[in-house]
Amino acid sequence: MSPTVAPTRAGEAARGAGGAPEVLLTLAAVSKKFVKSLDVAARLGNLLGAQVREEIVHAVDRVDLAIPAGEVVGLVGESGCGKSTLGRLAVGLLALTEGERFWRGHPLSGLPAADARRQQLKMQMIFQDPYASLNPRMRVVDIVGEAPVAHGLISPRQQVEYVGLQLNRVGLDPTLMRRFPHQFSGGQRARIGIARALAVKPEFLVCDESVAALDVSIQAQVLNLFMDLRSALNLTYLFISHDLGVVEHISDRVVIMYLGRVVESGPTPELFAAPNHPYTQALLHEVGKVEPKKRTFVPVKGEIPSPLDPPPGCHFHPRCPHAMAKCREDAPPLVTIAPGRQAACWLNAAT
Amino acid sequence: MSATAAASPSRSPILRVEGLKTHFFTKAGVVRAVDDVSFEVAKGEVLGLVGESGSGKSMTGYSIMGLIDPPGRIVAGRIELAGRDLSRLSAEEMRRLRGNRVAMIFQDPMMTLNPVLRIDRQMIETILAHEKVGEQAARERSRAALARVGIPSPDERLNAYPHQFSGGMRQRVAIAIALLNDPDLIIADEPTTALDVTIQGQILYEMQKLTRETGAAMIWITHDLSVVAGLADRVCVMYAGRIVEQGTTWDVLTTPRHPYTQGLLDSVPSRSVRGARLKQIPGMTPSLLELGPGCPFRERCAFATAACEVLPPMRQHGSGTHAACCHHPLVHEPAVPA
Repeated sequence: MSPTVAPTRAGEAARGAGGAPEVLLTLAAVSKKFVKSLDVAARLGNLLGAQVREEIVHAVDRVDLAIPAGEVVGLVGESGCGKSTLGRLAVGLLALTEGERFWRGHPLSGLPAADARRQQLKMQMIFQDPYASLNPRMRVVDIVGEAPVAHGLISPRQQVEYVGLQLNRVGLDPTLMRRFPHQFSGGQRARIGIARALAVKPEFLVCDESVAALDVSIQAQVLNLFMDLRSALNLTYLFISHDLGVVEHISDRVVIMYLGRVVESGPTPELFAAPNHPYTQALLHEVGKVEPKKRTFVPVKGEIPSPLDPPPGCHFHPRCPHAMAKCREDAPPLVTIAPGRQAACWLNAAT
Repeated sequence: MSATAAASPSRSPILRVEGLKTHFFTKAGVVRAVDDVSFEVAKGEVLGLVGESGSGKSMTGYSIMGLIDPPGRIVAGRIELAGRDLSRLSAEEMRRLRGNRVAMIFQDPMMTLNPVLRIDRQMIETILAHEKVGEQAARERSRAALARVGIPSPDERLNAYPHQFSGGMRQRVAIAIALLNDPDLIIADEPTTALDVTIQGQILYEMQKLTRETGAAMIWITHDLSVVAGLADRVCVMYAGRIVEQGTTWDVLTTPRHPYTQGLLDSVPSRSVRGARLKQIPGMTPSLLELGPGCPFRERCAFATAACEVLPPMRQHGSGTHAACCHHPLVHEPAVPA
């Protein structure tokens, strides 16, 4: 299956009438395994025939992802599905176990060190916890200004002025730049995190649950800021969230993950209108709508299995109402089911 | 809206809170965490207590449970559970009530379950603390409670430790413990916030079923309007320690009178057009330390006038149960029930 993805209308509109938008970042069959190697006792035990195995978690299992320039791709999944790991792989915070990353079609592995450093600036990450991701002992002027100085984008003498501009852009008062993170509220701290990421002039941002910790009214302010910055700076986002309402609002495309694999992807309006994969259907069913209607909650059965020991075949089959014999044996491939839409479910092969 | 009509407070309330004030006397000054809060909950009714962080919604729940620690203190008000004023009870009388007539479910079940005791011990203790029954009978009741909240193979699970459960299952255990003594009132403080969406759906399903079966009244404390929309009969919206609006879920969510409620609803992404700018409430929640007289929302309110320097009273709108605390209540076209 091809990692390139058909453009959505929003993406086309963003580039005018110029046809398919360029794919900014491509992840081709990337995997990440976390291995807990055996300790001394276990190795000794193995010598005596205990057969202790290494524990391996396939956090991300051969995922293809193409992020077109200027688009917002929403990455959705429940805890432990590998969405944060995939985000970290995308920006290069974690090394790939398998697969390759391409930036505008050029492979990112094997770059000379200086090029890799410059390349890294184009991709930045905004983290979930605005408390833990800001150094409590640094003043805002250094939190935001350190990276551009270190990378030679500005001279140390320009730092104060430059940080002032960055803070202004995210809606913070530049006179507060001598303060420490604990002197700010949660929403302001989220803005500092955004200013820090934008200070090195990136083209691509990974937002990992960046609004999850905020109150609803503050969340709306930060989401608006994301959208304003996107159009002002022509940014591309990978927006990771478990909140389908937020993702539906902000994304052009949605990718749904379950236990390390992509189960469905497609343009947001189409995917939300007609989800194909049973897991997507279940997830969308659970989306809370603020409509005052007594509703009966119909739960998905079962628990999310441990990623240490995922079920064979399709990972979702123990919870799936449509599971067939085939689902227990073979993992369904991610196939194109409509223009721009892909799903990994054997039900699509049956019809 | 037959469900809400049936649960209107015309039925005798099991809980009546009147003029509750819980203040914290800190070095920096007096924090009025709960400031003159009044509401009622009827038998079998689900009341949604909605607000953002720092609005006093959890402190209201803790006050009812008698769980306010110094420097906090209930300085005024009555909390009447089935006719008894809880704020006048001694510590021992309150202990006998807690976990028996009124139970609480917290956000993080890992914090409420004892990690070094098996589930059976924790459940049996809860029963024996309030009743003289045999160990075997208590065990049998614990088993039934686990089965009632949908835990598979309850006999084996009784012998498990909390860490052997997943997050969703742990929350079910906490709910089972809350239900053990058939309480009149359950206070649930954000019990699904830490859970995944599909697991949250399972817990909401169980809670809905249980309140229907047991007839217990429930106060559901949350910041999530979508949970309240599907679950609660009536809603109280809190801001800066006060209830700013209350009414049936239908009235509050379709025809909000208070600008803050309207702002909260507008902030929810799924209610607005995809990709459009969200209507946002400007500014941020005021510090409870620096709260002057007058409407606490006036700094962020688009309708604020000089009149807002004086605290507005709770005024009724439309049907008798819908009330808002605002000098300039919003006016809506008559809503058409779907």
